[in-house]
Amino acid sequence: MKCRKCGQGAVLELRRHNAAFCAPDFLEFFRNQVREAIRRHRMFTRDEPVLVAVSGGKDSLALWDVLIDDGYRTTGLYLDLGIFEYSQESKAKCEAFAAHRGVPLVVSTVAEEVGAPVPVIKDVTRRPPCSGCGLSKRYLMNRAALDRAMPVVATGHNLDDEAATLFGSVMHWQTDALSRQSPALPSSHPRLVRRVKPLYRLSERETAAYAFLRRIDYIVEECPFAKGATSIAHKEILNRMEDASPGAKHNFLFGFLDKARVAFERTESVALNECARCGQVTTGTVCAFCKLSDQVKRAVR
Amino acid sequence: MKVVLRNPRREVEVAGNRRVKEVLRELDIIPESVLVIRGDDLVTADQVVRDDDVIELRPVMSGGRDAVGAQG
Repeated sequence: MKCRKCGQGAVLELRRHNAAFCAPDFLEFFRNQVREAIRRHRMFTRDEPVLVAVSGGKDSLALWDVLIDDGYRTTGLYLDLGIFEYSQESKAKCEAFAAHRGVPLVVSTVAEEVGAPVPVIKDVTRRPPCSGCGLSKRYLMNRAALDRAMPVVATGHNLDDEAATLFGSVMHWQTDALSRQSPALPSSHPRLVRRVKPLYRLSERETAAYAFLRRIDYIVEECPFAKGATSIAHKEILNRMEDASPGAKHNFLFGFLDKARVAFERTESVALNECARCGQVTTGTVCAFCKLSDQVKRAVR
Repeated sequence: MKVVLRNPRREVEVAGNRRVKEVLRELDIIPESVLVIRGDDLVTADQVVRDDDVIELRPVMSGGRDAVGAQG
């Protein structure tokens, strides 16, 4: 197999693009896809500081790597979920990456912020671990950005993540979720920062290849709580479809974004208030994070 | 030849001297779901792997629930 651009031996075939690339041309292809995402959705400008949420996995470290090389002013944010050795190892990967690239990394610890780590939150709430984890992540990412006057948080969500989320929302016709699914969510309140996903045009195989070729030391093991997660099952289904019909995931997601999403946009805006306790944004009086934190602290007291 | 699999890490022996895509088919692994690694290089599905090669099939899947939901 030959590189589409230079004709040298290829290291990666991208069937959905009917192309293969050598290592240098693949890395350039990857960076160009990130640039196109940032440009097309006006995710951030060169003057804006960007908070990059990093997990120690391939996606978020690949994203951070591209943004640093393209000259953006970035700060990494690692959320320590307290998930046993998995969290210790992923934190070490983020710290090593930040030290190697000479960029700042902020660490926020869920156990300190909520009152207990994710495994305990799971037991206390009797809900799936991803539930309390996702809620805490969204809250802490937003607050970390606000505290530092940073207008935007970038996450490493890739094409597969987005396609799997879309698939799950469509399977249950969750129209609220469909209206919110976007590569860039603008700030809808002074205390909500913009949230962007510059990797949404790239599959997770492509982000893994980028991380490997750039020799980024990332955590290959998956979160122990991810096993059996519905989103993983959806990804497997989508990969079967992709195998039979290259481009299926891309067409599914991009068709939604280009043609269907507008049909789900809310006609009435939801009233947003500031939480009576912490001041962050909520649709009620006290936000879900403060309620979760109360529940956890009562249980572990 | 030796094939290294991850999550959990384990090794299996399969016949070599054939294309990567045939090895993947025998192991019932979708090409889209892994990187094929030999030493410091990525290997495409049309390349032939030899009997004395060691390849790693590194899964590319990550994540649990996506963080798309609304605040608060």
